[in-house]
Amino acid sequence: MSDLETFRAETKAWIEDNFPASLKGSSMGLEGESDESAKADFESWRQRLAEKGWGAPTWPTEYGGAGASDPEAKIISQEMAKQGAFNPIPLMAGMGVTMVGPTVLEYGTEEQKQKHLRGIASGEVRWCLGLSEPNAGSDLASLQTKAEADGDTFKINGQKIWTSGADISQWCGALVRTDSNAKKRDGISFVMLPMDQDGVRTKPIQLISGVSPFCETFFDDARAEKSDLLGPLNEGWSVVKRLLQHERQSQTQARPAGGGGSKPTLQEVAKGYVGTDESGALADTDLRNRLTHHLMDSQAHSLTTSRITAEARGQVKVSAAASILKNSATRIAQGKAELTMEIMGSQGIGWDGDNFSSEELDNVREWLWGKAISIYGGSYEVQNNIISKNILGLPENTQKG
Amino acid sequence: MAALTEEQSMLRDQAKSWVTEQFPVQKFREMRDSGVVARFTPETWQGMIEMGWTGILVPEQYGGSGLGYLTFGVVLEEIGRQLTASPLFASAYVGATAVMLGGSDDQKQAILPKVVDGSVILTLAVDEGPRHDPAKIALKAESTGSGYQLSGNKTFVVEGMAATDFIVAASIDDDVKLLHVPASADGVSREAMSMVDSRGYANVHFDGVEVGAEAVMGDAAVLEQVLDCARAGIGAEMLGTASQAFDMTLDYLKTRVQFGQVIGSFQALGHRAAELFGQMELSRSCMEAALQGIDADADDVSELASLSKAKVGDFIHEMSNQLIQIHGGIGMTDEFDAGFYLKRARVLEAAYGNQAFHRDRYARLLGF
Repeated sequence: MSDLETFRAETKAWIEDNFPASLKGSSMGLEGESDESAKADFESWRQRLAEKGWGAPTWPTEYGGAGASDPEAKIISQEMAKQGAFNPIPLMAGMGVTMVGPTVLEYGTEEQKQKHLRGIASGEVRWCLGLSEPNAGSDLASLQTKAEADGDTFKINGQKIWTSGADISQWCGALVRTDSNAKKRDGISFVMLPMDQDGVRTKPIQLISGVSPFCETFFDDARAEKSDLLGPLNEGWSVVKRLLQHERQSQTQARPAGGGGSKPTLQEVAKGYVGTDESGALADTDLRNRLTHHLMDSQAHSLTTSRITAEARGQVKVSAAASILKNSATRIAQGKAELTMEIMGSQGIGWDGDNFSSEELDNVREWLWGKAISIYGGSYEVQNNIISKNILGLPENTQKG
Repeated sequence: MAALTEEQSMLRDQAKSWVTEQFPVQKFREMRDSGVVARFTPETWQGMIEMGWTGILVPEQYGGSGLGYLTFGVVLEEIGRQLTASPLFASAYVGATAVMLGGSDDQKQAILPKVVDGSVILTLAVDEGPRHDPAKIALKAESTGSGYQLSGNKTFVVEGMAATDFIVAASIDDDVKLLHVPASADGVSREAMSMVDSRGYANVHFDGVEVGAEAVMGDAAVLEQVLDCARAGIGAEMLGTASQAFDMTLDYLKTRVQFGQVIGSFQALGHRAAELFGQMELSRSCMEAALQGIDADADDVSELASLSKAKVGDFIHEMSNQLIQIHGGIGMTDEFDAGFYLKRARVLEAAYGNQAFHRDRYARLLGF
């Protein structure tokens, strides 16, 4: 047996021994579960994962990870999916596991690593990110939230928007202006501050899908310790660029299969709602053609992520192909929700009530929520700018007006 | 590009320098203008034979190197970039595949070494009408007791004028068989089809052609397998052709100045280039997965072959149109090479089933 095969066998056995059967097949949404025994099972599963270092398995063990290699991490999530298990910690930590943690690992001081990483890897400390502002969206570098040095702290004033989970987070990583005289990108710093203080106020924003995952966050003489400055002063732009790369990476990975792979495929759903002709083909030929395009795009995307992984083995340089993944994933996710809605007909456009199945209602939420995918993390258009300039080497336009 | 073995990387470098230094698109232009009937030059073909490319698929016991399909794809991609014309694909890829999958030991022993040394040029004759439809073979083979008698017509036969031997899909009592028919057999006649890409194709007629029982080289299942290999392989050539068109376009975007700017600085064109780059990377993954699937004897080769032919087909279609559009007026002139790529693109798209054919097939394979 190869090392990885041994690792797979051990992983499988550990999950069998430790994953509570009561949670099998349930999705990651159990945080708000009201049932007391389910809550207790959930908490003990989280603790066991945290002790094993599997909340953020690739992080070093001294910071709460398991020091796992990428192939080992993949095996862990594959084996969990097979048994209907899941890792809730990345979700519980907000932006901690996927974005803040990897950036702290890279830019943080030893003191910062010791202070912040364990709480993230165990799922006990949730993080949000204060990046966008009302007038700084795609043009993030024009942000105006100001931080002034004041003794051992920074005094922060300004407003952030689209801070995911700000109302339930304990910590925030914020991009702030520390030098108003420097050029746009040169006067920015990245600070980490606790949310539980007088100078911080949050207000949830209700979205078209009916949920409020985002907030407006107001800083009114909020305080951050100077020791919580991540990276050098006035060099926050390079920190956030790296942070956003981690974001894109996490956005291009497939979502974990919540139900252990038992969900029907889109073509099965389509056959159920639309019916087939005598040859077994979907009765709506126009839909059939577009569904085929979608499934092909989806397979092409996953073959591309596998190819990039294979190419990256032993190479430091990230493949240029990686730059296309966010837009490709966006098209597939949005396309899937639109197709599902069309397939379900009038049952696919319900808002609430018993006339609609949970699958039908879930898809409506997913469809609406999915419109954000081409906006956040660098919009579809910004991605194309990045590809044309950074990957293809096309020049900036200097035309005026 | 897939993570290549050292051998594959060396072969790619060899192929790249050989086609660009000795048989670049300028040589293709000279061949076209010369009007040579076979639609390739003997020097090109001889060079490929000497480098061992005709033996890439053929097992060592029959004189080849048995390096596999992804390796052949690496060479086809480079050939596609410069439109280097030869019977390599028809004979040493598709033909050799048919013999390897459907041939008896005697057939393999008799034919494969000659494919490798180039004395035999094989080609598969499948299509009978303007649309690829291998499920409906009308060419009849009647049993004669000692063998078969063939009557019917084949069209769009790749390298049909240069071929020394045909592998013919024929219907026998409601079943389909592949039959090995020498081009010199009595009753075989052919005429060149002059296609937009200036490459070699023929209409081939079989008028009471007699072959022995030992000419059988597999059934409908083998035909399907051979076609899937052909679809995956031609995807590599198509991606090479389309990638060259992309590189030419990108180069033009960086050098052509209008309104006081290089035109690649205009966002409309920058975004178009970004979208094309995305299509190129996604279709490359499909193409390589199909070839790797054949090498690994995977269960889903048919799905992957159809996925690849459709996705690479969509990309080369769009890319060849944008090659002309972005080059503007110069792209419309015969003096510039863009037209060659556009014309070649449409023929490659039609070969072994176009995008619509493969989308329909993919849906059927997925059960809807």
